[in-house]
Amino acid sequence: MIIADRKPLGELLEMVKDCNKVLILGCKGCVTVCNVGGTKEVGVLASILKIARKKEGRPLQVDEKTIERQCDPEYIALVKDQVGQYDAVISMACGVGPQFLSEAYPDQRFFPAVNTTSFGGALQHGIWSERCAGCGTCLIHHFDGMCPIARCSKSILHGPCGGSAKGKCEISKEVDCIWDMIVQKKMEKGRLEDLTKMKPNKDWRTARDGGPRKSVREDLVQ
Amino acid sequence: MNDLKSGSNLEKVLRAGHFALTGECGPPKGANVEHLKEKFSHLKGVVDAVNVTDNQTAVVRMSSWAASAVMIQNGVEPNFQMVCRDRNRLAMQSDILGAYAMGVRNMLCLSGDHQTFGNHPQAKNVYDIDSMQLLSLVKKMRDEGKFLNDEDIDVPPKMFIGAASNPFADPFEFRVHRLAMKIAAGADFIQTQCIYNMDKFRNFMKMAVDMGLHEKARILAGITPMKSVGMAQYMAKSVPGMDVPESLIKRLRGAGKGKAAEEGIQFAIEQIQEFKEMKGLAGIHLMAIEWEHRVPEIAERAGLLPRPKV
Amino acid sequence: MRLSYPSNVKVIQVPCTGRVDIIHLLKAVEDGADAVYVAGCMEGECHFLVGNLKAKKRVQYVKKVLQELGIEPERVEMFNLSAGEGPRFAEIAREMVERAKALGPSPVKMKKAA
Repeated sequence: MIIADRKPLGELLEMVKDCNKVLILGCKGCVTVCNVGGTKEVGVLASILKIARKKEGRPLQVDEKTIERQCDPEYIALVKDQVGQYDAVISMACGVGPQFLSEAYPDQRFFPAVNTTSFGGALQHGIWSERCAGCGTCLIHHFDGMCPIARCSKSILHGPCGGSAKGKCEISKEVDCIWDMIVQKKMEKGRLEDLTKMKPNKDWRTARDGGPRKSVREDLVQ
Repeated sequence: MNDLKSGSNLEKVLRAGHFALTGECGPPKGANVEHLKEKFSHLKGVVDAVNVTDNQTAVVRMSSWAASAVMIQNGVEPNFQMVCRDRNRLAMQSDILGAYAMGVRNMLCLSGDHQTFGNHPQAKNVYDIDSMQLLSLVKKMRDEGKFLNDEDIDVPPKMFIGAASNPFADPFEFRVHRLAMKIAAGADFIQTQCIYNMDKFRNFMKMAVDMGLHEKARILAGITPMKSVGMAQYMAKSVPGMDVPESLIKRLRGAGKGKAAEEGIQFAIEQIQEFKEMKGLAGIHLMAIEWEHRVPEIAERAGLLPRPKV
Repeated sequence: MRLSYPSNVKVIQVPCTGRVDIIHLLKAVEDGADAVYVAGCMEGECHFLVGNLKAKKRVQYVKKVLQELGIEPERVEMFNLSAGEGPRFAEIAREMVERAKALGPSPVKMKKAA
């Protein structure tokens, strides 16, 4: 899923400081799965904003709604009659949501409630970890199912570097050295020679470095 | 001496079979040429080449190619270091040509410490290619006379190519294979991370010699003399990939107040004596960082002076 | 037991404190409660195994939110006691009322326009 973290409350309050009436729009997609922007979190944020503004003596009306997804025009269209009624709309979806909403409703202001970080999955309930950097040329099959682009701090293809210590990355003991894991697995499976072959330089054109990307299925386009 | 790859002093010393000695000098945190000259002046004539670090530990300093050029202008041979952290492949090829044009003939290819360590942690990460690929790149430029994209180079850079090796990082069993890969990719010489755990290093060298790596590239053992107990403890705890045995810290402490530095130098000299005889080693890389003025004394006491004229 | 506890404590019964969610605590604060506390079973003795541990985490979360908003985190609290501890229940109620008095009225109570 796409992983995100809710923005600090101070930043959110700053965004709506000139508003009297806002709508918080949640999303049942990725942000629900990583517990940051679904119905429940919309409710919590609504209450928090109301508390903060009540304390200031400038009450804020906060309405709540959660839609299926904010990355498909069909769902964005569902809020057509509502979005105009507010001073601003706070989207709790990933970075895609507020942008799609802004394009569909150019006369309204859409604020992002979350900082979108990465593509990843849950390690356990409440902990989500990055797994994919969206480089556009997946090569995990060369590394026994592990991605050095996303999971090595230096994205090296011939690791580990000299900073790998006790299975941890030099930048932090909280970060596993993926290269240590790759080498251990290759050694275990007797495939170490895979790692001694030179890998070609990465072609970053398929990654964000090559510019904003678009995927097209010609057979589906009307 | 024909078929030299670069004609650098370091290359000639190693080719002639002498036990080489290289030093290190970090450029200043500014354009202070006088300070830089003062630093490397201690090393002139005392070592065969001086490593010039590249924004070491991700702290901004005068660029390594510029500091290398200053060195050349003052009669000292640099070993120009380039890390993969700050430059993409365009800048790398461009800087290699620039450095060569300024007279640089030795180059060390490194990954580089992650920018979170340094004084600009907010910076964007480059790491376009890794150190292995950089070695391969420099070799391609030198031996094929081509850029990465196979276009011809208008006067190719003939560098003597070096790589770093850390026998103390994990996983230990893989380090010698990685060293072999670096040599296969293009490394002519290797400088290891500074050594304190002699047992582990002896083990590592045995594996390297078994693989015949010492015949394919010249391996220089890294030494950094300990200045104090505090330094030893810091390196043991806070520097990733560093292996400092408790026995060494004890030894330094046991030397008594104010005497740890001399004990540290004594340990370094003992290491040098062993390395001179160790199979597979072609020299020493002495990294007396911010202690350059002690290098002549250490070199003298270790019997490494005078340096051979080739 | 017919022990008395202060009348300004409103008790909301739940089958397990695991039923209490962040939003319930926030709503209490939003609606002007000077303090809100959760009284759950002793840790390790939850009939539903970890309901009281979940409640504890949620109370921590709300404390952090209040802190970020410049509201005293002590206005929200978690307590553990067993179902048979009548006197302890009353004691906790008195403690929280005293605490609320010491902290003063909730800053969230609507201010009259100047």
